[in-house]
This record gives sequence, C-alpha cells and structure tokens, in this order.
Amino acid sequence: MPSDSLVVAKGLTKRFGDFVAVDNIDFEVRSGEAFGFLGPNGAGKSSTMRIIGATSPASDGFIEVLGLDPEFHGSEIRQRLGVVPQEDNLDPELPVDANLIIYGRYFGLSRSLIKERIEELLAFAQLSDRAKDKVDSLSGGMKRRLTIARSLINQPDLLLLDEPTTGLDPQARHLLWDRLYRLKQDGVTLIITTHYMDEAEQLCDRLVVMDGGKIVAEGSPAALIQKHSPREVVEVRFPVGVQEGVVNRLEDLGSRIEALPDRVLLYTDDGDRAAEEIHKRGLFPETILTRRSTLEDVFLKLTGRTLVD
Amino acid sequence: MTTVRHAMTYFESSARRYRYVFRGSMFASFLNPILFLSAMGLGLGQLVDQQTGEAVIDTFSYVTYLAPGLMATTAMSTGASDSSWPVVAGLKWLKTYHGVLATPLTVGGLVLGHVAFVFTRVLFVSLVYGLVAVAFGALELPRALLAILPAGLTGLAFGAAVMGFSSYLDRDVGLANLFRFGITPMFLFSGAFFPITQLPEFIQPLAIATPLWHGVELTRAAGLGVSTSWHPVLHVLVLAAFTVIGLSVARRKMTMRLIS
Ligand SMILES: Nc1ncnc2c1ncn2[C@@H]1O[C@H](COP(=O)(O)OP(=O)(O)O)[C@@H](O)[C@H]1O
Ligand SMILES: [Mg+2]
Repeated sequence: MPSDSLVVAKGLTKRFGDFVAVDNIDFEVRSGEAFGFLGPNGAGKSSTMRIIGATSPASDGFIEVLGLDPEFHGSEIRQRLGVVPQEDNLDPELPVDANLIIYGRYFGLSRSLIKERIEELLAFAQLSDRAKDKVDSLSGGMKRRLTIARSLINQPDLLLLDEPTTGLDPQARHLLWDRLYRLKQDGVTLIITTHYMDEAEQLCDRLVVMDGGKIVAEGSPAALIQKHSPREVVEVRFPVGVQEGVVNRLEDLGSRIEALPDRVLLYTDDGDRAAEEIHKRGLFPETILTRRSTLEDVFLKLTGRTLVD
Repeated sequence: MTTVRHAMTYFESSARRYRYVFRGSMFASFLNPILFLSAMGLGLGQLVDQQTGEAVIDTFSYVTYLAPGLMATTAMSTGASDSSWPVVAGLKWLKTYHGVLATPLTVGGLVLGHVAFVFTRVLFVSLVYGLVAVAFGALELPRALLAILPAGLTGLAFGAAVMGFSSYLDRDVGLANLFRFGITPMFLFSGAFFPITQLPEFIQPLAIATPLWHGVELTRAAGLGVSTSWHPVLHVLVLAAFTVIGLSVARRKMTMRLIS
C-alpha cells in the first residue's frame, strides 16, 4: 500500500441480507485530499462511510483504514477518526460544552486538554457564546457545526462527513462549506458524501460518482465534467403539453439531448448558438437558460437519472 | 481488559451526564420513600396492625415489615427506568449510542459501563430510602444500611434485564407494556406489601419466578434480621442470573443494531 493512502478499498461489498448496498467498489483516499462520494439517496454512500468508520463490517472485499483492518482494529482506527454522521446524535439534554467534554473523554483525552481544545473548537464552529446552552436550543446549522466540532476533539487524521449540509438553508450551508474549506487548508484529510453536485464541486479534490451501490465514474470534478459532458447546457422549458410535440425538432442542436418531465436539456459547446437556432426555428419556449455543465449533468448522462428528485 | 477500561470511561461519562439532569430524579429519591412510608406504612399500617396483621407478618409493625420491601421495589423501579427509556433513546430516538460507538468505545464497554452506573445510582437511592425509613422509625440504623446491598443487587438485576429487553425495542409501546404488565404487577404481588403465601396457591410460583421476590426476600432478611425463604445464596444466584443473562442479551442485540 502506498504510504500516502489513508483508505484503500478493493472489491468492497456490503450486503444486508440479499440486498447489495455496496457492490464491489474500488477506491483510494490519499493523505491531505478532500475525497467525495457523490450519489443520490440509496446509492450506498452511508454504508460505505460506516465501513470506513469501523462501525460496520464489510461483507466482502478488501478494506484498510489508516493501514489497519477495521474488522480487527476498530478501536484503534476510531481513535484516530473524526465522524460526522448523516443524522446528528448529540445529547440534546446537555449543554454544548458538556457534549464536547464527554466526547473527548471517550477518546481518553485528559480534562485539561479537552478544556483547551473546546475553546478553539467552539470558536471554529462559531458557537463560543452558546457554550452553556442546551443543545436542544440550537438551530439545525448550529447542531451540525457542533457535530463537526465534536468530531475534531481528538484531532483526527481522517474526517468522515456524511451529508454534512443536507437539510440546511443556503446560508447555513455556505457557512459550513467555509469551515470545511478551512479544515482542508489545515491539511485535514476529508471524506465527504453528498447528493449536492455544487457541494462536491466546491469541496472535493477527487470524487467517485455512486449509483445503486456501484461506482460509475471517478476523477476530479473538472475532469469528470470535461470527460462526460460538453461545456454548456441549454435548459429549455415549454408551456405545459407542448414539449412532447417539439422535442424531436431540437435533437440536432446539441451533441446530446435529455428530455426531463419539466424541461429539455441540450448539451453543446456553444449554448448561445443553440438558443438562437431554437428561436429561428419558430419554437417558442417559455424560458431558455444557458449554463455551464455540472456534475449533475455527468450523473444524468451516466445513470439516466437526476441526483435529487 | 479493554472492555473494563471502556466501561470505566462510559461510567464516568454517565456520571458526568447525570450532573446535568439529576435534579428531578434526586428529588424523587427523597420524596418517594416519604410518600410511600407515610401512606402505606403509617396510614394503612395502623389498620393492618389493629386487625390481623401481626399473625401474618411475624411480630413486626406493618411499617417495619413494609420498609425493606419498599426499598427493594424502589431499587427495581430505579434500575428498570434507567435501563428503559434511556436505552431506547440511545439506540433509536436520539441515536447517542451511535455517537459513542464512533469513538474507541465498544458495545461491551457501553453495556457494562451503563449497568455499573445504574448499580451506583440504585445504591444511592437505596441509601436514601434506608435513611428515610430510619427517620420514620421503621428500621434501625445498622440494619437499614445492611439492606442497601441486597437492594442494590435487585436494582442491578433489573437494570441488566431491562436493558436486554429494551435493546429489542424501537417504540415506547414496548416500554409502556413492560411497566404495565411486568414492573407494576411485580411491585404489587412479589412480596413487598404482603407475604406471597397470601396469594392463591397456583399464583405463587409466578411470584417466585420474578426477580423482585428474591430481592425482597434478601432485603427484608438484611433489614429485619429475619431468615429468607430459600437459602440466601440461592436468592443471590437468581438475581445474578438475571444480571448476567440481561447483560449478554443486551450486548448481543445492541451489537446487531449498532455494528451492522
Ligand atoms: N441496516 C440496513 N439494513 C437494510 N438495508 C439497509 C441498511 N442500511 C442501508 N440499507 C439499504 O442500503 C441502501 C444504501 O443505503 P445507504 O448506504 O444509506 O445509501 P445513501 O447513504 O447513499 O443514501 C439503501 O437502499 C438502504 O435502504
Ligand atoms: Mg446516506
């Protein structure tokens, strides 16, 4: 194993009874990078994260985390991990700082060390003025930041973030992204799952696209987009009932066309020209929007489905 | 013995956590014995003593007969409630146990640490009960303290057994049923208020099968200096069996749920 890989998985598989949640996947996470799992609900992201987090045994295949086998060295691995689970599991009856103290003690840290770190972590999570408030009284975004602060109490070598911003409003999401970006700058290795393509594009150096338990593509966000999608996308919306009749008259305008229930996507290297041509042909869409290609388009091409439905 | 080390860590955290939430339960620890001993012991007890009581319950006044029994039932309900809602919450409602297991701690450490803390709490509640009973003149001092040990054992058995039961649950219906059909009938019919020989003969084996009856026997023997129905070692073994089985069931089932 190359010394700079913190996680190596080969043929990793997770079954729940007959159901295959993670289907024979290979990936490698290198020290210092932000690595992403992008996929819709049910893709197998959390199942994979829990295997990496040494709280779920793999059914098959090879997995090594921090050079150790999670099946036999779970405690040692977890000692060096930070985990932000998909669902917060803070203790709502306790104040913010007590949540951190208790968690730090689970890692065997001394009280004085924990006290020191709490101050820094609360400042980092922008919760310093809420230290004595019950967790119950925090907003969703604050709880999420507290969970991240909690996951850093042991100064982990590897931080696992399972859908860190799902369910948060845009402002709270941007604040969280900023915090995660800082961690990345500090050299913390991050593994992030998400079904938001903008999150993956913003935070991940490299990512794998998952669907139905399988990895369908991998690379940097830019490389994935370049490889799988023309530069631009023209989104065309027609009045209700019109789309079906005119879709075939758009087909030659791009290298690929996707007819979604509510709009048509035209993939092309020159969006403006395609838009002009639509007007020239006397089609009258309600709206036309030209934008650059995103990971969402990559996902759509690879799986025929959208990420968030 | 990493499990023991983890258990100590979890025990310490539980104690720390308790500092934030204890107010209500601490109050109840003092209030309960006062209410029960005055209502049942003094109020009802006077009637019992005036009637046929003394023939049935040796030569003790009713409040004295009752006090160790109530100490054991209090231990039972403390152990049972500490291992019911909090355990299902940890597994399901708040998922705090998932958080615990994302750290170096293991299920074995969590289970053992939890029950060790419950045991400590039961000992404390029993101590309070004993002191209140002394204040009521129901028990005498050295024996009231001696009774804390078997009461603690009773609470431990319930703490462990109920944790085993709770580890199967997702919803509070199961817990409500546990108290409705398990804990409350035991409270009433396991010898705390009257000897089980008062029960119809065919019901008596049922009372004997409950851990509470064994706890009451031991606690009363310690508190009043009377002898137990069976050899005391047998009573202790029954409580120990409930403890060990409860712990291993809890560990197995919680591993299935948390490490899946
Ligand atoms: N403990 C479990 N038992 C049975 N099925 C499960 C369990 N956990 C996850 N699954 C199933 O595995 C699939 C993948 O789930 P998950 O890994 O949570 O996906 P994601 O995190 O990408 O949404 C889903 O279909 C889910 O229902
Ligand atoms: Mg998930």
